[in-house]
Amino acid sequence: MSEFVIEVKGATKTYGKNTVLHGVDLQVRRGEFLTLLGPSGCGKTTILRLLAGFETPTSGQVILDGKDVSHDPPEERHVNTVFQSYALFPHMTVFDNVAFGPRIQGVNGADLEGRVMEALRTVKLDSFAQRRPDQLSGGQQQRVAIARALVNKPLVLLLDESLSALDYKLRKAMQIELKQLQRQLGITFVFVTHDQEEALSMSDRVVVMNTGTIQQIGTPREVYETPANLFVAKFVGEINLLEASVAAVHGDGRYTIDIHGRRFELGARRSFAAQQAVNVLVRPEDLRIWRAGEPRAEDVAQTIEATVEEVIYKGSTVDLMVRLATGEALSATQFFNEDDPVFGNLDYKRGERVEVDWVPGWEVILPHD
Amino acid sequence: MQRYVNIAYATLVYAFLYFPIVILIVFSFNDSTYSLAWHGFTWRWYEKLADNDVLIEVALNSVTIGVLAASLATVLGTLGAVALYHYDFLGKRLVNGLVFVLIMSPEIVMGLSLLTLFVTVQKVAALISESLDASLGFISVLLSHVTFCTPFVIVTVLSRINGFDRHLIEAAKDLGASEFYTFRKVILPLLMPAVVAGWLLSFTLSMDDVIITQFVSGPDYELLPLRIYSMVKRGITPEVNALSAIMFVATLVIVAIAQALLKENKQ
Repeated sequence: MSEFVIEVKGATKTYGKNTVLHGVDLQVRRGEFLTLLGPSGCGKTTILRLLAGFETPTSGQVILDGKDVSHDPPEERHVNTVFQSYALFPHMTVFDNVAFGPRIQGVNGADLEGRVMEALRTVKLDSFAQRRPDQLSGGQQQRVAIARALVNKPLVLLLDESLSALDYKLRKAMQIELKQLQRQLGITFVFVTHDQEEALSMSDRVVVMNTGTIQQIGTPREVYETPANLFVAKFVGEINLLEASVAAVHGDGRYTIDIHGRRFELGARRSFAAQQAVNVLVRPEDLRIWRAGEPRAEDVAQTIEATVEEVIYKGSTVDLMVRLATGEALSATQFFNEDDPVFGNLDYKRGERVEVDWVPGWEVILPHD
Repeated sequence: MQRYVNIAYATLVYAFLYFPIVILIVFSFNDSTYSLAWHGFTWRWYEKLADNDVLIEVALNSVTIGVLAASLATVLGTLGAVALYHYDFLGKRLVNGLVFVLIMSPEIVMGLSLLTLFVTVQKVAALISESLDASLGFISVLLSHVTFCTPFVIVTVLSRINGFDRHLIEAAKDLGASEFYTFRKVILPLLMPAVVAGWLLSFTLSMDDVIITQFVSGPDYELLPLRIYSMVKRGITPEVNALSAIMFVATLVIVAIAQALLKENKQ
């Protein structure tokens, strides 16, 4: 038995002159929660539809459990889908909806009853078996859709933007519930979303996509902390982008980077040439703001001057918009510090002159593009 | 005050729509052969109607054609609508457009073209064998009625099918259903109200068609509307009024049944 439950090999999909997938390679491990993340039109839903069998690849292969299923129809694939619209059969009760798959497999009688009720119990809807879908709330319909798919014990459960129709609070709750369900059942989940926060909080691995190609595959931490390119950096979370150039190369991944005339000694995983234009990327929460007279941390080496332009109180944090002398705007998330009675309450004034640096080592340097 | 104005207004609207039919029904109980004045209540015309074997036979013809044509048109139209929605095939757009052309085309043109077709078929049949009988009658009337009813069923069913979630069919297949199982368990039940409506529409269209039937019925086969038409040529008799009243009541009953069925389907 292969380590991978799904392998996509060089899958390309074209509609007429329009190519929506460019030779995608993807492996899904058994039992993992994999998320396809990207803006609309990036090809993530097309991949899901290739896996489900609603589309066939123009070229390339889809291998399910070691078998090439590229051209098998959906009814012959042992995967099930939870649709964005849920697609519950409106003329059937919740019970009949869930029983739809098993009945086709020839399950009936007490056996059927047992399996359907077990699936409904898994999603905590066993008391709703005789209701119609239109008598349920959005969240409950969502659960029925999940139960209807899970009852078939699929090799892989495919979820297409399944939470996007729910309101914010319910979505948060369902995220946790889905993750728990996946862990408890041990079924492989392939989840499609355009919501980066959702992707980070639920997945074992995230596949970041754009314009029909995979930009990066990694754990949520990897794609957030070490983005492979500018697209990933900008799409996953908020990020500040500083134009810079390589002033000197010291070997061993150490560089002197020139940011607006200030020299920073930084490390990078990639190799750069001297004089090369680069971007230094820093997350808002890693940016540090130093006010006049505020005692500096010991690791402050070099700073950039800036002016506070906007102060946004968020309850647990204060978000700042600061503008550099060169006109670039940066956003910084500052955390309250109860131990510091003078500066810990973050009472920044608009127009205040401050200095900016970041937690050393938390920056990412990428080639300019 | 406003309320009385509303009631008066509604009464006028209903009167405008239904007064002619009320007149017709009232006069079917009038105890006089020719007079348009009231001469007292009678069941006479209905009794006379019940004794008129020719008329009853013609009425049965109409019902037979109506039921058969509506049923055939409903099957064809439903399958056609599902095909137009679900599958891609050569000439799909053309078929889609032609459906509307059939609905819009003048009945007289359709009647004439069907007659031409049947006459041609007759000629060809005669060439092939002397014993082949393709004269106008039951078959030609039935085929014609199916032809003009089918587009109405297609349009009725298509409008409902376009309203539902495309993912429903995908969901069924995703859960392992074959094409036929999906059709039987998902598509057809969801389409049922439109299918019933299509059948009823076809039945009414078939029941009161005069123009096309007149072209294709031939000398030996007659339907009720044609019969009434020829009876009226010799003056409106209370007998015709009685017959029309029965037809009106029958229509009312059918509509009521349809409404009840559709309501039940919704729950």
